[in-house]
Amino acid sequence: MEKFSYASPKTVKETVALLDQKTNSNPGQVEVLAGGTDLIAMMKEYLATPKLVVNIKDVHELHGIRPEKGWVSIGAATTLDDLAENQMIRTKYPSLYEAAVGITSPQIRNMGTVGGDLCQRPRCWYFRNGYGLLAMDNGKPLVPNGENRFHAILDNSGPAYFVSPSSFGPALVALGAKVKAISSSGAREIPAAEFFVKPTSETQREISLKPNELVTAILIPENVGKNTTYEIRERQAMDWPLAAAAVDLKMNGGTISQARVVLGHVAPTPFAATAADQFLAGKSIDEKTAEEAGRQAVQSATPLSQNAYKVRLAQVAVKRALLQAGGKA
Amino acid sequence: MSAKPPRPPVDRETKPKRSNFSRRGFIQGLGVGGGVLSGGLLETALPNAAEAAPATIGPDPVTITLRLNGKSTQVAVEPRTTLLDALRNRLGMTGVKRVCDRGACGACTMIINGKVMYGCTVLAIDAQGKNIETIEGLAPEGKYHPVSEAFVNNDAQQCGFCTPGFVMAAKNFIDLHPDPTLEDVEKGLGGNFCRCGTYVGIRPAVLEAAKKMKGGARNA
Repeated sequence: MEKFSYASPKTVKETVALLDQKTNSNPGQVEVLAGGTDLIAMMKEYLATPKLVVNIKDVHELHGIRPEKGWVSIGAATTLDDLAENQMIRTKYPSLYEAAVGITSPQIRNMGTVGGDLCQRPRCWYFRNGYGLLAMDNGKPLVPNGENRFHAILDNSGPAYFVSPSSFGPALVALGAKVKAISSSGAREIPAAEFFVKPTSETQREISLKPNELVTAILIPENVGKNTTYEIRERQAMDWPLAAAAVDLKMNGGTISQARVVLGHVAPTPFAATAADQFLAGKSIDEKTAEEAGRQAVQSATPLSQNAYKVRLAQVAVKRALLQAGGKA
Repeated sequence: MSAKPPRPPVDRETKPKRSNFSRRGFIQGLGVGGGVLSGGLLETALPNAAEAAPATIGPDPVTITLRLNGKSTQVAVEPRTTLLDALRNRLGMTGVKRVCDRGACGACTMIINGKVMYGCTVLAIDAQGKNIETIEGLAPEGKYHPVSEAFVNNDAQQCGFCTPGFVMAAKNFIDLHPDPTLEDVEKGLGGNFCRCGTYVGIRPAVLEAAKKMKGGARNA
């Protein structure tokens, strides 16, 4: 790890001042440290070499879950464990609860934060081994003909082939959540679907956060339907999902009036499966409908040389998420 | 514990443009040794704290106070030093093991403010003011803790390198789940690996320890 200076602000205002003064000229010079479960490993690999690390764990305003005018605000520094232990989250937002407990290491859940889950860097092994976010070698992409079994199967025409690592991303997009961010130029609310972006150049990030911006909270609408997240992973513990599906189903009696199906870990951003949404509208949830919705969700998949198996996994994740949300699992 | 140990002194005079001042320089400037300041002095030193960015610390070593197994200890570390490295390399506490050093194996598991965490992924400077428990604090009277005893009884280790982390994770898990099922144990210890594959011994060990601790055995 490179040497860095350290600051531990107590307020959002102080944090914003710290982020602003150093980053204007050089992105990556200042990093925000919350749970540290990604940043500290990134620094050990010299993939992050900040001059200043700003610890936000002691910023009181960034913690906690509270109602906020038709929304529920979850502070960015709220730990995954605190989120999973919250009874209201468990009953009303099982899509967030399931995503949080899907992070299957108690230690990581005790350390990691909600904001950190959104801002963590992709797990693509080319990126983690220094080939850059787009994994290029002499102008040629390495992923399509390389080791791509964990890479994207959707929205993967390049130049980005990694998958979005966020556990909450699919659920946030399905629920129509917003990400609150602040910088010295002011506060803004970013719809979750716009927070995650597919970079087209090496200098672009996979999230729309500016270098001097801080995620302060996520806002979840109070009015949500039957929702859940279903993840499929190789190992039962300490592993990222190979495919995941988050669903939010607004019901009219026994019929779905509006469905949102969003896939995770299969594309550079959480992938909104609008074909499945359209198919589900007006239907009731049963095994056959769920199965067909899964098929619709992955119909535009274009698997790479080693990852066709993920198409089937994503399809099954959608089916099981729908049955789980509908209480039929 | 009583008062929160103070954070290391921060440079109030030169903020924010100068970030790489020397440790010796700023300690002399503040006229204190050992890097310990009263909270009151810090408050009065900067009347406009809310207006400005707080000053930065490091990158050179600073003296911090850690509360380890109930005892306060001072150690000089750079901000980049992890809690694991501070304990092993600076304080001689080698019970906590360094294996993957990336928060992916559990060998460095310690209990911080009542929750299990990976010491390799916590900065030592961030751990100030927190109650840190390691395997060294588990048997203060030289007697086995019920968890350690159950690991021995059930042959729950082979090479033993993952054991201190596993024992700490198991101890914390039982404190939080006094009456666990086998499934609870498997989920609750999901953050620790044993590459020898002694899970077949670890599972009954945790169940046995849980029973004993419920039966009034010492719950350190």
